Amino acid sequence: MSETLSRTPLFALHVELGGRIVPFAGWEMPVQYTGIIEEHMAVRKTAGLFDVSHMGEARVRGRDAAKFLDGIMTNEMATIKVGMARYTVMCQPDGGCVDDLIVYRLAEEEFLICLNASNAPKDIAWMRSHLGSHQVEVLDECAAWAQLALQGPLAEKILALVTSTPLASIKRFGFVLGEVAGATGCIISRTGYTGSPGFELYLPAASAEKVARALLAAGKPHGLVPAGLGARDSLRLEANYPLYGHEISERISPIQAGLGWTVKFTKPDFIGREALHRQAQGGPTSSVVLFSLDDRRIARQGAVVYSGETPVGEVLSGTQSPVLGKPIGTALVAAGHAASASLTVDIRGNRIPLHLATEPFVK
Amino acid sequence: MSNVPADLHYTKDHEWIKVAADGTAVIGITDHAQAALGDVTFVDLPKVGASFNHGDVFGTVESVKAASDLYSPISCEVLEANSDLNNSPDLVNREPYGGAWMIKVKVKNPAELAALLDAAGYAATL
Repeated sequence: MSETLSRTPLFALHVELGGRIVPFAGWEMPVQYTGIIEEHMAVRKTAGLFDVSHMGEARVRGRDAAKFLDGIMTNEMATIKVGMARYTVMCQPDGGCVDDLIVYRLAEEEFLICLNASNAPKDIAWMRSHLGSHQVEVLDECAAWAQLALQGPLAEKILALVTSTPLASIKRFGFVLGEVAGATGCIISRTGYTGSPGFELYLPAASAEKVARALLAAGKPHGLVPAGLGARDSLRLEANYPLYGHEISERISPIQAGLGWTVKFTKPDFIGREALHRQAQGGPTSSVVLFSLDDRRIARQGAVVYSGETPVGEVLSGTQSPVLGKPIGTALVAAGHAASASLTVDIRGNRIPLHLATEPFVK
Repeated sequence: MSNVPADLHYTKDHEWIKVAADGTAVIGITDHAQAALGDVTFVDLPKVGASFNHGDVFGTVESVKAASDLYSPISCEVLEANSDLNNSPDLVNREPYGGAWMIKVKVKNPAELAALLDAAGYAATL
């Protein structure tokens, strides 16, 4: 196998900072610098800086841009205000997920869409294959942008040290175009994937290293640390944010994943509407649950979930929650068992009781 | 660079073993192994009296990233398991050759010791 891995503009910085580099979604990315738990807790208590430049970007523009997007996305696109972003899913006709995305409305007829790294080429091809007669174009801007996520309770204070752009007026899921550390043409967005407050920065690729160094230097006295993909995964799981390929996928729909709030049946038509509507009406055959364990072992992806002696599901994601100090995870469980109080999970021959959670472990 | 003490023996699976003159030995995992695992959250160790053949799985060490089996470097019987690791699994990251020893065993077949790697031999595999 000779897969060529891509590197972000910050690769040399990761190596310099002691990041442990692993292959992820076709990219060479740092999984950690000093340790997943330490980086995780920094984001909960001070701040962490993530390189998420592996994420893809597509620009959709033209007279029919909003109408086009409303036809392929589950959430409402036409009602997004300029300067605001919205989370949505893009579905197959059978309701399975092509990807989950954040859509930024740059102008009335112009949107920037953030794509999962491993799905970016597929997403862009999918969008282009559904253009129909719409007056719209889909531009692949994956190589043009770098992305940094500055996350944690001190994120705003730290970002303010390196930008002249006013931050206080940016609402949650709002964004502005501005300057960061001397780099112009940046998108500063109050969004994130950690469950802690913070920002995501879309930067021209050539400016990424300058901005990252400036943030790390300015933030260091405030406890800012570089954070890797390991902490990104444990943070998002504590916050119960789905990860494509785990909680949502081509075989797990947004209805099954508990993302029904992103599916707007009030829209007359969009790809997947009929299948999703059937699931929402009749109840899906299986659904995703969030759980914790009173144990030291972690239930990892693929571990089998039982009701009594009957297998009723499988674990989709599992990690140790640094905040709770115990294992947490998600599982896909057959209909009728998703609220059961007597589920167990098999970990290397041990049956450990699942404690189902009704809300995220951090909010 | 990983620390590879000269007075221990090693397996290619990254366990170390320190053999005493009285026919007992202490077993743990190497500095290289703990660094590769990352933050250790749980160490599952056998009960006193359990017996293992060379190469058997005697326990599991779990980190945030993955669960990894522990392989017995030799045929042995467990005399003691390190209970400090119950409450402080992170000792594995901090003191892989000291406080984070895993099991103390009786060596069943001293002839097997000859097949283990010495420090230089193990360092060459890293």
